[in-house]
Amino acid sequence: MIIQIALFIFILYVCSRIIIRYRSSDVTGRELTLWLVFWFLVALAVVFPHKTDRLAQFVGVERGADLLVYISIIALFFIGFKIIVRLEKIDRAITTVVRRTALDRQSKSDDQ
Amino acid sequence: MEKTCVIIPAFNEAAVIGEVIGAVKQYADTTLVIDDGSTDQTADVARRAGATVLRHLVNRGQGAAIQTGITAALRGTADIIITFDADGQFLANEIGRVIDPIIRGQADVVLGSRFLPSVATVPGQAPQRISYSKKTVLKVATAITRLYTGLAVTDTHNGFRALSRQAARLIELRQNGMAHASEILEQIRKYDLRVVEVPVTVRYTEYSVMKGQKLSGILQIIWDLLMSRFAR
Repeated sequence: MIIQIALFIFILYVCSRIIIRYRSSDVTGRELTLWLVFWFLVALAVVFPHKTDRLAQFVGVERGADLLVYISIIALFFIGFKIIVRLEKIDRAITTVVRRTALDRQSKSDDQ
Repeated sequence: MEKTCVIIPAFNEAAVIGEVIGAVKQYADTTLVIDDGSTDQTADVARRAGATVLRHLVNRGQGAAIQTGITAALRGTADIIITFDADGQFLANEIGRVIDPIIRGQADVVLGSRFLPSVATVPGQAPQRISYSKKTVLKVATAITRLYTGLAVTDTHNGFRALSRQAARLIELRQNGMAHASEILEQIRKYDLRVVEVPVTVRYTEYSVMKGQKLSGILQIIWDLLMSRFAR
């Protein structure tokens, strides 16, 4: 019960932050909708945990909480992979800029 | 007569870069130092020693510095581009040996190897011995690179190499760090370039050992090679 209340308060807080981001145009309307739907589903799972048990058993896992953990781990690995790829690309872009700057400065000093 | 350009990537090598440039200048038409975001006086010392210096505003890694050097060399008239370490481990008087196969038309890329039988280099001095741990690290790196590239070279992480202008135009290093050595081999294979190994001397001074590659560097190289596959 305590954990449910705590999680529900946390979900309300996260939703309020998303709405604030939407109002300052950091998040699009589409992203707002997607995130609110996601957190609504999480809230349902928190309020009606036994419903998740039925879904879990349907896919072959005993408890809803276990299913949510498995899904979360997979999602985190995927997000981690995307971040690594993105960082690699950013790293290359930085090198391109640093190289270009070094070469351009060299060209300028050759001209002088 | 082929024009030669020696590229020296350098990071915080103010202590030795002047001496290295002084030696290299005698054997190359152009000496290009790529200061890879050094926090000491590397660039100033290099300029005073007579090298042309390009500066990276921030440190990017040896691979990035070498590619910057290659790009700069190709903007000039160099026919042969030589990479040479800044820490004084290599002997400048061996540049001739390294570029010879290219001049003779026998190779597009020449790789230096410390594991090939070498002639005596420093009169009166016994041949340098590599420490067991260092040798193990290098052998592991060589084995991994052979698996990765399929090329049977003996010393995959030796910074003393030469490229013909045509080879330098084809090769594009995207690895910023030490994995560039493996990447060069990968591209040699990709473009079917003729590669030859020649023996070179590697002097292990206290300074160069301190700055040299650690075992953890091998893990970083493997990681960089794997991650770069996903970011293509």
